[in-house]
Amino acid sequence: MRQFGGPAILLDRNDINTDEIIPAKYLTEITKIALRPHLLEDLLVDGKAFDHESEAMKKAKVVVARENFGCGSSREHAVWAFEVNDKDVIVASSFARIFRQNMFNCGILAVELKPEEIDQLFAMKGDMTISINLEKNLLLAETAGEKKEFSFEMNSFDRELVGAGGWLAYADSKY
Amino acid sequence: MGKTIAEKIFDAHLREQVSAENMVLDLDVILCHEITTPIAIMDLVEKGMDKVFDPTKIKAVIDHVTPAKDSKTAMQGKIMREWARRHKIKDFFDIGANGVCHALFPEKGFIRPGYTVIMGDSHTCTHGAFGAFAAGIGTTDLEVGIYKGVCSFRAPKTIKIEVEGELGRRVAAKDVILSIIKQLTVNGATDRVIEFSGPTVDKMNMAERMTLCNMAVEAGGTCGICQPDRTTAEYLWPFIQGDYATIDAAVEDFKRWCSDADAEYAKVIKINVADLTPMVTHGYKPDQVKTVTEMAGTKVDQIYIGSCTNGRIEDLRAAAEILKGKKIAEGVRAIVTPATPLTYSMALKEGLIAIFMDAGFCVLNPTCGACLGMSAGVLAEDEVCASTTNRNFNGRMGKGGMVHLMSPWTAAATAVKGVITDPREI
Repeated sequence: MRQFGGPAILLDRNDINTDEIIPAKYLTEITKIALRPHLLEDLLVDGKAFDHESEAMKKAKVVVARENFGCGSSREHAVWAFEVNDKDVIVASSFARIFRQNMFNCGILAVELKPEEIDQLFAMKGDMTISINLEKNLLLAETAGEKKEFSFEMNSFDRELVGAGGWLAYADSKY
Repeated sequence: MGKTIAEKIFDAHLREQVSAENMVLDLDVILCHEITTPIAIMDLVEKGMDKVFDPTKIKAVIDHVTPAKDSKTAMQGKIMREWARRHKIKDFFDIGANGVCHALFPEKGFIRPGYTVIMGDSHTCTHGAFGAFAAGIGTTDLEVGIYKGVCSFRAPKTIKIEVEGELGRRVAAKDVILSIIKQLTVNGATDRVIEFSGPTVDKMNMAERMTLCNMAVEAGGTCGICQPDRTTAEYLWPFIQGDYATIDAAVEDFKRWCSDADAEYAKVIKINVADLTPMVTHGYKPDQVKTVTEMAGTKVDQIYIGSCTNGRIEDLRAAAEILKGKKIAEGVRAIVTPATPLTYSMALKEGLIAIFMDAGFCVLNPTCGACLGMSAGVLAEDEVCASTTNRNFNGRMGKGGMVHLMSPWTAAATAVKGVITDPREI
């Protein structure tokens, strides 16, 4: 199975919606790669514009946020915008249904932790690296001074989709 | 133990139980539009999977940006047209015959009680108004739907909303759903079907039921759903009269798609709307809802009447009732976009278009346009729009713009006064 993890970026927000992840004006693109410069372009954190072109953002392979991540539109462009920026794990306390399904359909991870565990991640100081152990359902978060491990639940079907490399490959072989 | 509508539909369409909670279902209808479909088509072509499982079950439309506004949107339309031609998809609605998908497809009789419906569009939940299971999905799900005719869902847990009480003058289905979303919050129905029932819903026409179901996703819901009944059968009669001897026979048959009295719900919420007053959103989330009274006097720059929530003939009639013989306030601009060609031509025949034009409205062709800030009415930074649409996210109708969601009555009253106005005062 594919390895997931790397430098993490933490977005202290509930309800990050698909229009903030990738505004509708970019939905006229017909290639995924064209979405790359626009990821989180309209995101507000604490009411202020988020710097979506920062170094931390460029390096990140894992994104952490709070509840109801990916709410709003069905646009898979929101997932692709992360994918083409090499971010293939999103950790949140809950996801909107379509966004979560789109992640697994693309063979990448939407990991749910409990709200108090997300609080613990936000409380850790300094640059963070998150690694995912899919065999044991463990998420390991490390900073210079701290190390924390959390177990998460993963539905067996979602796991199969990740193993198959997504829903299209899975469905093609099976139906 | 009895079953809910959604459980009955899942049972009847189960292809495979793939895990304790995931089911793969056979699909009755796959709806397609030009924003999420072309990229699916291109991916299927690239992977050597350019097939459609059944062209009669695929319905396609160009609706989001139409006529095309630039070369990129023209290309999206071109990919759709060539694909529909290549696969002999008969039900393809191009310029001249096209309209907002969630208004057009029901009008064509494509959605029936008991159906499974998917579309790469979150407001697909609208079609649950017909007693169907209809869900918005992403592009990968759309590809698999087109190619194999199946889609996976988690077992449907249902929140039942029982609505009673008679709606007051100029209090609309839109006000009911805004008050429900306020109560549920934006993720209160995530992974849940929202079943709208009770005497108030039973009395609603199909347009009103579609308005309710349309916004189920704004509370996180997978699908909104209503019990199919005589109102449903009468709406569908032109399309089903070959299948049933009488409307009564259709109503009787639809009962197999109604929830059992002893069905199990994740939650039951009872609301009485007798004292409900017109509602409006503030802020950037659809659960940020206040009464129009609280928001009265808020200055707006643009009024937008249209969309899959409130662009049907009933909505245009409501707005025109207030606009008749009046002008929009100085300093505001107003746009109306009838949701389908049929709506447009009915509005013309009924004299509604003349009322809108005399009031100073710009009348657009049927399109999704400004609702998602793609074309035909995009806001500038710091502008405010009074809108009959369904989503008020930051930047939704244009970067830096603010959208206040409201009913067609309230939007029309606001157009006349130039500030958010209670329609009962006009």
